[in-house]
Amino acid sequence: MSIYQYIIRRLLYSIPIILGVCLIIFVLFNLVSPDPVLLMLGKHVTASQIADLRRELGLDRPWFLQYWDVVKSSFTFEFGRSWSRKQEIWQMIKQGAPVSLSLTLPGFILSAIISIAISIMVAFFRGTWIDKFAVFISVAMVSISSLAYILFFQWYLAFKLGIFEISGYEHGFFECIPYVILPIIIYIILSVGPDVRFYRTVLLDEIYQDYVRTARAKGLSETYVLFKHVLKNAMIPIITNLVISLPFLILGALLLESFFGIPGLGGITLEAVNTSDFPVLKAMAVLSSMAYIVFSIITDVLYTVFDPRVRLK
Amino acid sequence: MVSSSEVSVTPGQESKSLWAHAWATLLKDKMAIVCFLVVLLYCLVALFSGLGLLASDWSKEVCSSFAAPQEDCWLGADIFGRSVIQKTIKGTEVAMSVGFIAGGISIVLGVFLGAVSGYFGGLIDELIVWFYTTVSSIPNIMLLLAITFIMGKGLLAVYLALGLTSWVGLCRLIRGEVIKHKNREYVQSARAIGCSHFRRLFIHILPNVLHLVIVNFSLQFQYAIKSEVILSYLGLGVQGRPSWGTMIDDAKLELTRGIWWQLLAATLAMFFIVLAFNILGDSLRDALDPKLKGK
Repeated sequence: MSIYQYIIRRLLYSIPIILGVCLIIFVLFNLVSPDPVLLMLGKHVTASQIADLRRELGLDRPWFLQYWDVVKSSFTFEFGRSWSRKQEIWQMIKQGAPVSLSLTLPGFILSAIISIAISIMVAFFRGTWIDKFAVFISVAMVSISSLAYILFFQWYLAFKLGIFEISGYEHGFFECIPYVILPIIIYIILSVGPDVRFYRTVLLDEIYQDYVRTARAKGLSETYVLFKHVLKNAMIPIITNLVISLPFLILGALLLESFFGIPGLGGITLEAVNTSDFPVLKAMAVLSSMAYIVFSIITDVLYTVFDPRVRLK
Repeated sequence: MVSSSEVSVTPGQESKSLWAHAWATLLKDKMAIVCFLVVLLYCLVALFSGLGLLASDWSKEVCSSFAAPQEDCWLGADIFGRSVIQKTIKGTEVAMSVGFIAGGISIVLGVFLGAVSGYFGGLIDELIVWFYTTVSSIPNIMLLLAITFIMGKGLLAVYLALGLTSWVGLCRLIRGEVIKHKNREYVQSARAIGCSHFRRLFIHILPNVLHLVIVNFSLQFQYAIKSEVILSYLGLGVQGRPSWGTMIDDAKLELTRGIWWQLLAATLAMFFIVLAFNILGDSLRDALDPKLKGK
């Protein structure tokens, strides 16, 4: 089967998934949730006020129409207006996305480079104290809560030592840099631990294979073997892992944005949680789910392109 | 040419079962034993604390507000003058219960759905796969937020939210394994002697995938404990009792005044149990890996 047929197949298969995602979001926010009207108006309201608000928010419409709205929004990105900010949600997304990306994109790229570099080094020195030390550090780093990291570094580097800005943000490609550096550093620290463990496992799985032993037996140097043979094959799971992490960049690093006062999509989401702003929450859920679905298709296609053994059923 | 009388036959050593082999390997692994003892210690602390034998007066004001570590409060005091070390000990209850219960929910869901899906195939399989693909397409954070939002605050919401967001990985794994085992001879033999579907699935196949579940549980536990911290930060965590998450969350206001004791206590408490489960999980995986059995 050709690539194009596979892509079409996958796209068709995502339709029930998208419908399912919208269903879950709909059930969570439109059916099972506490009545937003009561949340907004408080306790001492008359029945007619409740009915008015309900009509205004479109909550008295039949369920399948409300469900259909969610489904439509996943393709048209028309999410309506935020209840708390009264802004058009799509506008909010367009403003917030670049802000989030200014933090997550450099963080992602840098942590990928650093993690891969460290794992290659660790794979090269496998079994030695370097390896054991790196594994131990990775495991230890993972055992500390991300909140603890954020609090500590924000307190120590920004507050006490004053090297970085404590919080805040300025739009603009260069102006945002001083505000974004410390969050990026923390982002890298948070990602390196689990990533190095995973990449190391992948690399070692390849290194212990027979064809690598053959290559060495042929007289090739360890470095050559590592870079020319092992890395190429190990890159398959590494790259697929990287690609599948991309959609999460859009939602922004929720915690980092919250602590550092960065007005990205993550901050918007948290604000929506605090103000019970359902349309925004639904929009974020739909957006991130769609991104995930799209990227998982890309990942699957990439996988079949890279690995000739995985031919499409 | 060797005459038959000179050939010595090594008496056939009966090869150990996976479990016996794993147990023997673990007992030799000192690190694993240490980690297991740490886990046991935490469980005991949580148990005693829950029974009121330890830290029962965590809510009493023993020192002045934000007092530094001293005689009456070994790790300092929080804003209400409560002893940090007492709160940390009391917080162990929340942590261990979240870890076990949320992990338990996740395991039960994942194993059940994965096993049923893998074993019966067909429409049931399609439905379950559709379901878990859908659930995993929604980012964890959003699901956590949505569920705790709906259920209100409190421990029950935390258990459910964490349990309902982490079962997919295990489900996929078990499904794959059950599919592999389904057509093996021992299952066919079971069918031949008249075992029902239920017996074949739960009594014959499942014990053979149990080792994956055990390793997965250590991951679930870590995920649950670390996520509880994040939920507490978002205000969706436990109310009315100390938890490591709320302690770390409090620290965000305390640090600017130079008060670091709550952050340190909660972080260290969490660090050791998560580290212990991490190392234990790795050791379990190595011990239970059937491919390493002969080596």
